[in-house]
Amino acid sequence: MGPVSGTVTRGTSPQRAARRRLTVFRVVVLGLVGLFFVVPLVSMLDFSTRSFRTGGRTGAAWAKLVTDPQLSGAIVTSLVLAVLTVVLMVVLLVPTMIWVRLRVPWAARPLEFLCLLPLTVPPLVIVVGLKNVVLWLNYLFGDTPYVLALLYVVLVLPYAYRALDAGLSAIDVTTLAEAARSLGAGWATVIVRVVVPNLTTALLSAAFISIALVLGEFTFASLLNYDTLQVAINLQAKSDAQESIAASLASILFAAVLLVVLSVVSGGRRRRSASASARTTAVTTGTPAPTTPAQA
Amino acid sequence: MVLPDVHQKFVGPGGTRPDQGGHPRRPGPGELTGRRGPRSCSVRLRGRAILSTVTGGATLRGRGRDHVQRAREGGDRSRTMRTTRTSRRFTSRITAAVATATAITLLGAGCAPPAKTADPAASTSGAATWTSAQAAGGMDALVAEAKKEGTLNVIALPPDWANYGTIISTFESKYGIKVDSAQPDAASQDEINAADQQKGTDRAPDVFDLGQAVALANTAKFAPYQVSTWDTIPTNFKDSSGLWVNDYGGYMSIGYDTAKVPAPSGVKDLLKPEYKGKVALNGDPTQAGAAFNGVVMTSLANGGSADDIQPGIDFFADLKKAGNFLPTDPTSATIESGQTPLVIDWDYLNAAESAKISTWKVTVPSDALVGGYYFQAVSKDAPHPAAARLWQEFLYSDEGQNLFLGGGARPVRADAMQKAGTIDAAAYGKLPPISGEPTILTTDQSTKAADVLSKEWSKATS
Amino acid sequence: MARTRLARLRPALGVVPFGVYLLIFLVVPTVTVVIGAFAEDGRPSLANLAGLVEPSVLTALLNSVLVSAVTALIGGVVGALVAYAVVTGKPDGALRRLVTSVCGVLAQFGGVTLAFAFIATLGISGVVSTWLDANLGTGLTSSVWLFGLKGLVLVYAYFQIPLMVIVFLPALDGVRVQWREAASNLGATTWQYWRLVGLPLLTPAFLGSLLLLFANSFAAYATAAALVSQGSPIIPLWIRSALTSEVVLGRQNFAYALALEMIVIVAVVMAGYSLLVRRTARWVR
Repeated sequence: MGPVSGTVTRGTSPQRAARRRLTVFRVVVLGLVGLFFVVPLVSMLDFSTRSFRTGGRTGAAWAKLVTDPQLSGAIVTSLVLAVLTVVLMVVLLVPTMIWVRLRVPWAARPLEFLCLLPLTVPPLVIVVGLKNVVLWLNYLFGDTPYVLALLYVVLVLPYAYRALDAGLSAIDVTTLAEAARSLGAGWATVIVRVVVPNLTTALLSAAFISIALVLGEFTFASLLNYDTLQVAINLQAKSDAQESIAASLASILFAAVLLVVLSVVSGGRRRRSASASARTTAVTTGTPAPTTPAQA
Repeated sequence: MVLPDVHQKFVGPGGTRPDQGGHPRRPGPGELTGRRGPRSCSVRLRGRAILSTVTGGATLRGRGRDHVQRAREGGDRSRTMRTTRTSRRFTSRITAAVATATAITLLGAGCAPPAKTADPAASTSGAATWTSAQAAGGMDALVAEAKKEGTLNVIALPPDWANYGTIISTFESKYGIKVDSAQPDAASQDEINAADQQKGTDRAPDVFDLGQAVALANTAKFAPYQVSTWDTIPTNFKDSSGLWVNDYGGYMSIGYDTAKVPAPSGVKDLLKPEYKGKVALNGDPTQAGAAFNGVVMTSLANGGSADDIQPGIDFFADLKKAGNFLPTDPTSATIESGQTPLVIDWDYLNAAESAKISTWKVTVPSDALVGGYYFQAVSKDAPHPAAARLWQEFLYSDEGQNLFLGGGARPVRADAMQKAGTIDAAAYGKLPPISGEPTILTTDQSTKAADVLSKEWSKATS
Repeated sequence: MARTRLARLRPALGVVPFGVYLLIFLVVPTVTVVIGAFAEDGRPSLANLAGLVEPSVLTALLNSVLVSAVTALIGGVVGALVAYAVVTGKPDGALRRLVTSVCGVLAQFGGVTLAFAFIATLGISGVVSTWLDANLGTGLTSSVWLFGLKGLVLVYAYFQIPLMVIVFLPALDGVRVQWREAASNLGATTWQYWRLVGLPLLTPAFLGSLLLLFANSFAAYATAAALVSQGSPIIPLWIRSALTSEVVLGRQNFAYALALEMIVIVAVVMAGYSLLVRRTARWVR
């Protein structure tokens, strides 16, 4: 049980050598790849703080993030869109998944297929075919960029489904529901007051992934002519490269902080819950917690 | 009673509780997440392998072994506790329901929504039908109505394109009407797309500033309007019914930074090694009108004509081979930072850079004079029709035309204004001197050239 | 169990809102694309499909496939190595959690931000390119390779590698230490173990992940849109050109045909992925 590792019994020399080789391999691979990933981020920081005229450092580009009305307007739009998408996703997906698990088990497979379908249909294709749907949305809701939230939920579905599915598998939904129902709870109470509070980490995970996705989404917004963060960054690059790079780095750092916080929080919870409950699957199988961001 | 039913409902498929597994569950490989706990409803659908879940979900965890066997041997849909016959009927009912829902939704969503009624203010004033200031009851009535509307939606007007930034702010301060400038970076087709998409909303564009091809293809979307200075505009620069008017134009030029590259004496000079990695075109000629005309210019300089764009494509292929062609989009940011020291673009756009960089010069090649005017039109479905018409009046007034001139563009009424002495002589004198008859492509020539380009351009520059 | 058909159907109503939502926002656009590909000016026509076999479009398709295959390979190999390096550590350790969450972010990184990150690094006035030119005499600051296919490959690797790590980690988790112990009990060396036991078992999962990476790279649009402004070397950029070009007009339905081509290729690849993963599931229990 557990991953392939060099944690074989100590003592014998060839095994020690093998372990050393493994350690060297790990250090080299992680170091090189880590470098590949960190260098562009550091370059973004360097580029955005470089002062072309004086050759020193300046925080002017970063200051413009809050002062430039176009960019700050787009930031607000994107953040609101992210929140709206998360709310819509929770309202749409969580009751459906719980309901399927409890009442309509034969629909679990089709549901999974449908939720993972957006992975097969590229967003570019979806947006190409969305013309009439967007016209209807504009007709019904007026002309606001927030109708994008309805479209973003489709993009977010696969990842959110995965996170929530993992969370639902980890708790004993049927027993909880059975207990609540036998105490006289209605289905709404079962879903909202009994099951959902047990899903907090999974919900957080799904929420954070959705936020990261919405903040980074460009295809829909640009081809449907809405002004979100990524579109504004792309536009800004034509006139002020440093400001747009500062904005890019800020959005990436924001998403990264969210997800690292989530992993810390979920790690802490897992340790607490693992010691409290009789289940030890996580520890013995050594799998990552189901609530860490899966394929974000 | 609820209880017996409850029991039935909560037993998972296979008659076992979902989380009673023999051993701790291991996540299946290729799954997108490390999952814990058994999956209560993972069923292997052999016959529907393609239709099944896209990622590997076919792991059977914590379930009775008989189900594993049955699924493996079967090739059938794995059964739950229902009997075969009822579940078949069940399936067919589900399919019927799904099919109906699909059909209905497809029908509903496939059609466009009903057209929204026009803005109440506009419909009461009838501004949408005005074809001239007289129809409005005079300029003052037009101004009053426009002020009542209070907003103007423009699209695809970059502030440093033909001085639009100043034009917009002058209009705003002169009439107190707020100008909402959307998508300054959009191309002409994006303007039409936006008008289609936002039709009936308050955000739809009121006026268009389009390139030739897009303008002439979309005249059905324009409302006819003749500005007060209509008679001073030459005939071939306007549509007889007033659907569109040329507003400003220019010639294709070569802008360059004298501090970084030597002055080119002609288009053919650009193949010299001094320009290695320095020649940029403003956009992709299969997408942007400015780049398209740039290729026409190089074609003329290399023996081509208005009907033959191939020499231009070949020229760029040679540039690419020599390593001189820079496939980046030149923007004011790249020009100022020195990334694109030589840019082929409209002369007024290059002139805007001269205002920012002292060493930036503009030259219009005498052997390849390509001209192009942009087309101004009022949208038929403008949410602010009076403001749109006032904007037209402003652009074609002496003040507006001189503002275009301030941006280095040639206003369409330049000749008339010069005769009347109202033109800004200083700015007019600063325009790059031109000699010879400019070539302006007709619609047919444009279409033919665009066709050739779409086939040959990627080959030449990749 | 004697339940009426209607009673069985009633619980399914709870899933209807979700189904309707997906119908409107996912199925309808896809169907619109499929139907639109076979239409021109409102009438059925095969002209757009014929346009798909034009040389320039075929070249773009070839480029797309090439870029996707190369980035899938690079991402696959490097990602597998990183996943192995991570999986051989502590199962609950900080490294694993850190890498998993960082990979989660980076796998989504693509798009405008990524394009700018690389422009800031290796672009014409990029940090690394100026440093390399100053110290190693390379010609990077005057070269435009970043905006061509080679640059696209490098930039795509940035989100392909984390995606591979995320997708492949569970597969590596499934390789049991008992196998290794059994193999060394029978006298196998590390190399023999990998060659005869480990790699054959991991190959289906690896190939499946490669296919997933291929589909991901093939469908990517935002990064290329932000990076490449000249020409349409890959299919997604052809779609952009068909929709927004102001020079060649009337190609809306051609965009549908291109989109149909994309769906078909990605669907085929994902079906292959699903089949491969099914095979692997047999081994890892």
